[in-house]
Amino acid sequence: MTARHYDKPLPVIDPDSKGYWEHARRHRLTVQHCVACGDKHFPPGPVCPSCLSDRQEWLQASGKATLVSWVNFHRAYWDGYRDELPYNACLVQLEEGPLVISNLAGGIPENVRMGMPLRVVFDDLTDVVSLPRFVPE
Amino acid sequence: MNPMNRLKDKVAVVGVGTTSYGSFPEMTDYGLAAQAFKAALADCGLAKDRIDGLGTCRIPYYARMGEVLGLDPRWTLHTPGHGRMSGMSIMEAVLALEAGAADYVALLYTNIGRSRRVNYGGEDSAGFWDPWGFTSPGAAHALMFRMHMERYGTTTRQLAEIPVAFRRHAALHPDAVMKEPFTIEQHERARPIVEPLRLLDYCLINDGAVCIILTTAERARDLRQPPVLISGLGARDAFRRSAIANFDPEFWYPEAQDVAQQVYGMAGVGHGDIDAFMCYDNFAPTVLFSLEGLGFCERGESGRFVEDGALGLGGRLPTNTDGGHLSNSYMQGWALNVEAVRQLRGECGDRQVPNCEVVQYVAVTPCTRSIIYTRG
Repeated sequence: MTARHYDKPLPVIDPDSKGYWEHARRHRLTVQHCVACGDKHFPPGPVCPSCLSDRQEWLQASGKATLVSWVNFHRAYWDGYRDELPYNACLVQLEEGPLVISNLAGGIPENVRMGMPLRVVFDDLTDVVSLPRFVPE
Repeated sequence: MNPMNRLKDKVAVVGVGTTSYGSFPEMTDYGLAAQAFKAALADCGLAKDRIDGLGTCRIPYYARMGEVLGLDPRWTLHTPGHGRMSGMSIMEAVLALEAGAADYVALLYTNIGRSRRVNYGGEDSAGFWDPWGFTSPGAAHALMFRMHMERYGTTTRQLAEIPVAFRRHAALHPDAVMKEPFTIEQHERARPIVEPLRLLDYCLINDGAVCIILTTAERARDLRQPPVLISGLGARDAFRRSAIANFDPEFWYPEAQDVAQQVYGMAGVGHGDIDAFMCYDNFAPTVLFSLEGLGFCERGESGRFVEDGALGLGGRLPTNTDGGHLSNSYMQGWALNVEAVRQLRGECGDRQVPNCEVVQYVAVTPCTRSIIYTRG
């Protein structure tokens, strides 16, 4: 499947998350949206956590978000990260509401702060997996 | 009104047993647990065959445990090796004893994480956020502590007060794994793991086992040790916000507030009555979240609360007098509950809290539990 060598963890794509990763591959950031009650949630689940409806669809997000928190990994829990230490991970709140884990592409900005406005960018990890990351707006 | 109020003082801890803590690659889970079980039986003077309730936590197979110990209980509880399960198991035992499902419950916990080189991240615990390189409970707590710093101005020097205090306690505890004291400055220079957290903010990973034997307060009178009563219980889970494992954007504050109301209300005590505090410390920031959530200080004030050795012996709130998970032993809450019992019995030697009458245990996690123990 993957033409290029990628030695970091790839998503485990299951029936709940399949749609999300298909959209991501096309560089579209989505959240799960309940057709019945309008609830927006992420990560995806098999039913709406609010009303339990099965009628879930993918809603394209604006790609705008705010920074909630960030950390710097000095330890490689996977071998593929050994040469990249330290690397960052962040927590962002999408304009649509859900909190998601991501990375600050290009590193942690010098003027980093909680509430910093961000926008999504996509990294093509393999031929089939693209990963949403964020940069300062 | 806590609907569990009628359980106040109905159940007692009558026997506790702990093994040495360290690295025991030559032992099995069952072998270590058997040592703790024998120690707890000897502690309370109960004959083995009286045990008719068995709880196993982090032990691979409950039936093998029963086989090893020669037990055919009429109540069995099996829980995974998550820190929150200690308080949960003790609560379940209280309910079982009060309902008559068992007369004497032995709760057993074994951890061979050290010898097995458990990583607590990466391939050991696959999760949805792995593709972003985000993994491990420590990283989740680093995210939360960063938020605490940003929201309230809390500093890493304030955070350091917690591991510094617990290490001092460990130095007074013969069984503790890490006894070498360190200063706030040394904490500031320690190896970063997931910043803003450093090595000294992380719990240990070591081997060991714990056994706690409980029975009804009535039956407890006939046993060897003065009973330690379970006077308060509080419980609330937060699963709706649990999409990131071991993380909560509110630091479980609403749940801890709910638990505080339950546990203090049931025990009929307040913050000022707590002589010693046993606080689940998987990572140093959890202690801050616990102090705020239970109401020992206002929200956002925990950094200032812990300054100047407030958590040390002789301080405002002696906390984790055995050294906790940061310095004594990573027994996932079980050893902290044993320490509560030993403090109330007055068995703690150099680290004894004088006139200790009320001890509170808490684990602020996606399943927050608190227990208030009193002298029977």
